[in-house]
Amino acid sequence: MIENRPTLNALTHVTLVIGIVIVIFPIYIAFVASTHEARDILMTVQGWFGTNFIENYSTVLEKGKASTGSISVALMMWNSLVMALGIVVGKISISILSAYAIVYFRFPFRMFFFWMIFVTLMLPVEVRILPTYEVVANLGLLNTYPGLVLPLIASATATFLFRQFFLTIPDELAEAARVDGAGPFRFFFDILLPLSRTNIAALFVILFIYGWNQYLWPLLVTTEQNMTTIVMGIQAMLYVPDDINEWNITMATAILAMLPPVLIIIVMQRQFVKGLVETEK
Amino acid sequence: MEKRSTFNNLWLPYLLLAPQIIITFIFFIWPASQALYQSFLLEDAFGLSSEFIWFENFEVLFSDPLYFDSINTTFIFSAATTFLSLSTALLFAVMADRVIRGEMAYKTILTWPYAVAPAVAGVLWLFMFSPSNGILALALKDWGYDWNHILQGGQALVLVVIAAAWKQIAYNFIFFLAGLQMIPKSLIEAAAIDGAGPAKRFWTIIFPLLSPTTFFLIVVNVVYAFFDTFGIIHAVTQGGPYKSTEILVYKVYNDGFIGLDLGGSAAQSVILMFIVISLTVIQFRYIERRVKY
Repeated sequence: MIENRPTLNALTHVTLVIGIVIVIFPIYIAFVASTHEARDILMTVQGWFGTNFIENYSTVLEKGKASTGSISVALMMWNSLVMALGIVVGKISISILSAYAIVYFRFPFRMFFFWMIFVTLMLPVEVRILPTYEVVANLGLLNTYPGLVLPLIASATATFLFRQFFLTIPDELAEAARVDGAGPFRFFFDILLPLSRTNIAALFVILFIYGWNQYLWPLLVTTEQNMTTIVMGIQAMLYVPDDINEWNITMATAILAMLPPVLIIIVMQRQFVKGLVETEK
Repeated sequence: MEKRSTFNNLWLPYLLLAPQIIITFIFFIWPASQALYQSFLLEDAFGLSSEFIWFENFEVLFSDPLYFDSINTTFIFSAATTFLSLSTALLFAVMADRVIRGEMAYKTILTWPYAVAPAVAGVLWLFMFSPSNGILALALKDWGYDWNHILQGGQALVLVVIAAAWKQIAYNFIFFLAGLQMIPKSLIEAAAIDGAGPAKRFWTIIFPLLSPTTFFLIVVNVVYAFFDTFGIIHAVTQGGPYKSTEILVYKVYNDGFIGLDLGGSAAQSVILMFIVISLTVIQFRYIERRVKY
């Protein structure tokens, strides 16, 4: 604080409170709607919570929405969880291994492989949807977890992050390990992996959100309803031509869809900010 | 920067690289080259025969007024989303940077919408603007403004812009706040002693010093608006009404998977790849410059 200006201080807090309202309001409205009966919110707006909280959420979790084939949202969340964790574990393990190879070994075509990984930055799934879909279909991976996970786990950013981090580790550490007779495996598991713990935690937060929030890819790869993920499952609930639109059910699903990633951010706030700032470098 | 101390092993480095390289080849490089190849082919609807036609798919695309409409929509959509999201995030970041008491609470609340999926953000705003029972749509109606994004293309575009910008505020806020905290306090104090008020200090010192962050965020937000917003468009408007919200990514999906125009969709993919590549190059050139500062 440079100078004391009471009006400006008041204005600061007012602006931030407006910011919080903008951020919270849509979620508050959705949560309120998810606690009412369907007919209570069909033509009117409800400003305060209803009494159907337990009923709506247990319906959603057990049976889903009747008009869209009654896939239980619990199953959708399970699918999302498997996909998100698969992406997290896959990305972190393949990129820490390749970063280790690139930093700690000298071998022919090292830079060629480095550039090959770099190229993946420029090919997000959105620009190669059809041919990637064909590849996955030819491999017989449609409607499977590997089909959901594998095409998304090559990551240049995670490899770069580990590479940058490994380069900051003093050379003396590797030399000392070698003098003491540690081979490349021993060095990796006993020294490099424990040192990378904070980076792995930061990546975990970012990649979990990335994986959980995938939309386009699951939309293409899953045609069987029992493989639906929750984020794309909501979309099917929005368009029900002849039926009464049960907004309470849809909104309860939306709340459930954002719960796990939001909880992770709140619990792991520090790792989240670190991961966000470092993966974008 | 290179390591002086390395391990010597003939086959181990290849083994360590293998998983990532195999995945990259099968799911990235091969499909991308297929897209490039298919963009030069004309296939019949059943995929039985195909003919090599050089650039005809691109010629067809560039003589199609619908494609230019889509480019136009994408441009308006990403410019509006980027501007709206960056300006609100900057305002909140500047305010949060001033605050002494309760900083942590404000920061936590303003950052967590990052976790909300674009499609879910779209659904939340869709509900509030739902013409028959949405709180904002009914409020607008009370003020005498007829809101119906299901029929009005312009309103549909406004709706997806708001949803896309809302979701991105958290991200921009985090980076602006980090940028603001790196500006030396002594500079601002010196300006205050020389008699510059808060507004003047912002426009002549803080905003110019923040320009690397701003520039970085503009690139990231444009990439976000181009590609990551597919979920919002697909869930909220499906590109409609009358293709008024059909951005380029949605058109690739729609022409390829719904319309089964494989060559045309591949040609559009190739154009999108060029856009991503140029945006990535811009970003990396800028980062190299930032290192020198």
